[in-house]
Amino acid sequence: MRIELERRRQQSPLFSIFSPFLALLLTILAGVIIFWMLGKNPFSALFSFFVEPLTEVWSLHELTIKAAPLIIIAVGLSVCFRSNNWNIGAEGQFIMGAIAGSILPVLLPNMQGYYVLPLMVVMGMLGGGAYAAIPALLKTRFNTNEILSSLMLVYVAQLFLDWLVRGAWRNPEGFNFPETREFHDYAVLPELFPSSGPTNYGFVFAIIVTLLTWFMMRHMLKGFEVSVLGQSTRAGRFAGFSNSRMVFFAFLFSGALAGLAGISEVSGAIERLQPVISPGYGFTAIIVAFLGRLNPLGIFAAGLVLALTYLGGEAAQISIGLPDKIADVFQGLLLFFVLGCDTLINYRVKFVLDRAVKEGGAS
Amino acid sequence: MDLTQAVILTIMTAATPLLLAAIGELVVERSGVLNLGVEGMIIMGAAVAFAVAKVSGNPYLGALCGALTGAAFSLLFGFLTLTLVTNQVATGLSLTILGLGLSGMIGESFVGQAGVPLNEIAIPVLSSIPFVGPLLFNQDIIFYISILLIFGVSWFLFRTRAGLRLRAIGDNHHSAHALGTPVIRTRYLAVMFGGACAGLAGAQLCLVYTPQWVENMSAGRGWIALALVVFGSWRPLRVLAGAYLFGAVTIGQLHAQALGVAIPSQFLSALPYLATIVVLVLISRNRRLTLMNTPACLGQGFVPDR
Amino acid sequence: MKKYILALSAAALISMTAGAAQAATKVCFLYVGSKTDGGWTQAHDIGRQELQNHFSDKVETVYLENVPEGPDAERAIERLARSGCELVFTTSFGFMDPTLKAAEKFPDVKFEHATGYKTADNVTTYNSRFYQGRYISGMIAGKLSEKGVAGYIASFPIPEVVQGINAFLLGAQSVNPDFTIKVVWVNSWFDPGKEADAAKALIDQGVDVLTQHTDSTAPMQVAAERGIKAFGQASDMIEAGPETQLTAIVDTWGPYYIKRTQAVMDGTWKSQSSWDGLAEGILTMAPYTNMPDDVKQMAMDLEAKVANGETHPFTGPINKQDGSVWLKEGEVADDGTLLGMNFYVEGVDDQLPN
Repeated sequence: MRIELERRRQQSPLFSIFSPFLALLLTILAGVIIFWMLGKNPFSALFSFFVEPLTEVWSLHELTIKAAPLIIIAVGLSVCFRSNNWNIGAEGQFIMGAIAGSILPVLLPNMQGYYVLPLMVVMGMLGGGAYAAIPALLKTRFNTNEILSSLMLVYVAQLFLDWLVRGAWRNPEGFNFPETREFHDYAVLPELFPSSGPTNYGFVFAIIVTLLTWFMMRHMLKGFEVSVLGQSTRAGRFAGFSNSRMVFFAFLFSGALAGLAGISEVSGAIERLQPVISPGYGFTAIIVAFLGRLNPLGIFAAGLVLALTYLGGEAAQISIGLPDKIADVFQGLLLFFVLGCDTLINYRVKFVLDRAVKEGGAS
Repeated sequence: MDLTQAVILTIMTAATPLLLAAIGELVVERSGVLNLGVEGMIIMGAAVAFAVAKVSGNPYLGALCGALTGAAFSLLFGFLTLTLVTNQVATGLSLTILGLGLSGMIGESFVGQAGVPLNEIAIPVLSSIPFVGPLLFNQDIIFYISILLIFGVSWFLFRTRAGLRLRAIGDNHHSAHALGTPVIRTRYLAVMFGGACAGLAGAQLCLVYTPQWVENMSAGRGWIALALVVFGSWRPLRVLAGAYLFGAVTIGQLHAQALGVAIPSQFLSALPYLATIVVLVLISRNRRLTLMNTPACLGQGFVPDR
Repeated sequence: MKKYILALSAAALISMTAGAAQAATKVCFLYVGSKTDGGWTQAHDIGRQELQNHFSDKVETVYLENVPEGPDAERAIERLARSGCELVFTTSFGFMDPTLKAAEKFPDVKFEHATGYKTADNVTTYNSRFYQGRYISGMIAGKLSEKGVAGYIASFPIPEVVQGINAFLLGAQSVNPDFTIKVVWVNSWFDPGKEADAAKALIDQGVDVLTQHTDSTAPMQVAAERGIKAFGQASDMIEAGPETQLTAIVDTWGPYYIKRTQAVMDGTWKSQSSWDGLAEGILTMAPYTNMPDDVKQMAMDLEAKVANGETHPFTGPINKQDGSVWLKEGEVADDGTLLGMNFYVEGVDDQLPN
């Protein structure tokens, strides 16, 4: 038996709606099997994974804190991916944004005032954007594969941050521990509802970024240009769009948003620089972007779902003693199912029983 | 054994897992597929290799099962990207995440236990050659396999018809398909070969390098292997050189420290990545070199026309 | 796999019986690594198990493992506090600020942060005088090393580690004044591959005894393979080198955890900065093995003297690395200086990274 794909004339409206739910259903089924194999009650396990974190206000706050960086980065990447540019170095741009934005509170701690935070945010975006411009420049100028160059730059950024916090930027009063001085109050992203929980303006950024990007892709010429050039460079050229300018736009856009996520995370949640500031947000965001099918609104939902699996993993550890690896396994499975089910939108999947190969020999 | 020999031996042990994972990924990429799941396949290979070696007491069986696990795990990636034509970048990343999680669960009951190391096999006569003998001919079996693979893959890609076809698929899958080359089947085989190599790299980590099982013990080596493939511009012998250079930088930095020389270690650690970018630029700015070396269809999905 | 499932269901059974008890004191632990890492985190988890066994159904213990330092830690601590924990032990330096933030939000919950330096009304810090053990290890190395050079695999140049390097060297110099050590920084607490490479590099450079301030057993394995002696760290690593390990400094947190939990039960818990050592049993030495009997005897005598305070490792005259005087004859370093130690003593063949 073979599986053959046949391209649909147009996207299947049925599967466009149902494929994420189908994927979620399959993930839950797989989860039930895993929990059962581990000797746990699958239903209480699923409950603590997907429901328990949503039952309390503080936990919802934490959900937004965890989701905000994922959403901001993924929305930026979606534009980049739609234009057929493959920036997988968002992790590095996140770090560079955080570093650039931290220049003020770390090096000029005496500069205090309400103007500091907006400056930090702008510098963070510039830092992330500038770092993303490197693969863009290499791609347009030398035709260098951007997947690989942007990936390599992630490691360089990580090591640069490591070097800074252990050396030049180390807190002079910090007993040699590898971290910068703590940000002063003007450099800390304020909390939204201080009385009910710690969520901060990072989530507001996520909402704004999502809506603006959605509007741009839907109603502005730039969005049209992104889609046209993403589908076919040639078609784009006939329409009068410049591909190399699009490469720069895509990278600067996604880099700046990754930088924004970086500085929001550092100034909102960590409040200082340390050797590791991201548990892989830049890579997880790629998954979020695809989970949300490269649509800003979808990404917003996907970011929340993924954040939920992190929180659920912890809840499950405490309430039923599940190993912490389960969260990783779940995320991996969820994405596999989403990617697989999405194939149904564009293709009809046929199970071919006979072994007669009509043409080619592709099987 | 004198100091130079000892240092070279350490470098070789450090380079072997990188080399194995990279040579596998090289074949995958030559066929036009980009599998970012190398890290996940290495760690799965390591977990299973350790578990099997520990339970059976036979490290060779462990290594074999590590390689098989890598291949089986890569089939997951193959099914999604080749049969269902999903995005290769996203699928590869999920494979890594899944591998890190699953391996942790498999290995949990083996943490902290002493491993079953693979011992050296001295090749008669050759191993008694002064200086070179103990380095090249008194090694564990995975080292020998890694070297054979480099030359084997080099021969396969550039001296056989099947290798030519594989490269043709990577360069232009549509015309290869039109010529009757089985694009998807070849890619499946390439992906599984890559998985087996990564799994064997994992086995080396937990049976030779540090005979124990530790969560996340691949420690980013899969990503370095991906860099090495590019650094070696998709050529096996250059990948060999790259892996050993990378090993030498890593180990050299530790020796410099032991000698009391203070160099910022982060700078040295960043060098290989910067060098990779430079190599990438050098080979891609020259159109002829690019066409000769870079698989043009890298990362693109393929659906046969009907 | 089967074995794994069995182990898990056994664990589930234990936690169920523990949960069934009414009014048990809930004590929670936050781990930075895996509870079976063979080193730092495992030592804390052994302490947790001792606590559980000591009070059996009067306490319920819960832990979260592999928690990254940063915002994730803050959330994890909050989750623990909200799940009804009365006492929370956060067992990594990087949990310091998250612990203090959570403590502010939950004034009724008691927090104990390992190895940090910030306290509050409901935050205690606790640490162990590891340097006492390293001084004894150093003495043994000084007696046994033929070349008079030890290799030291170090993690990060923070005071605790620098303290350990200095104490080890002073111990060695107390029996061999010309003793030196070579230091390699691996910039990680736990990276078996890198630690093994560092061990090989040091041995290749001619050291004939190895010690480590990182947590994996990889250096012990390398030492065993190369036939030199080594010291274990955090846990007894004798299994990794039955003919290699001389002794190990073993973190024994159990008695401390029992003491503090008892204080919570009695309502006598107070915020403090505790820095205990051999005397209080928070630090113990693994059996002295693979050495001649006279050295073993010396080590046991020294251990007794350090424990009863007769010998303090940092007693003058001691010069700093540049030759300037740090402690005059008979002068003893105070705890404040030790806790902020950022200089080497004379004889370290390394430059402190800065």
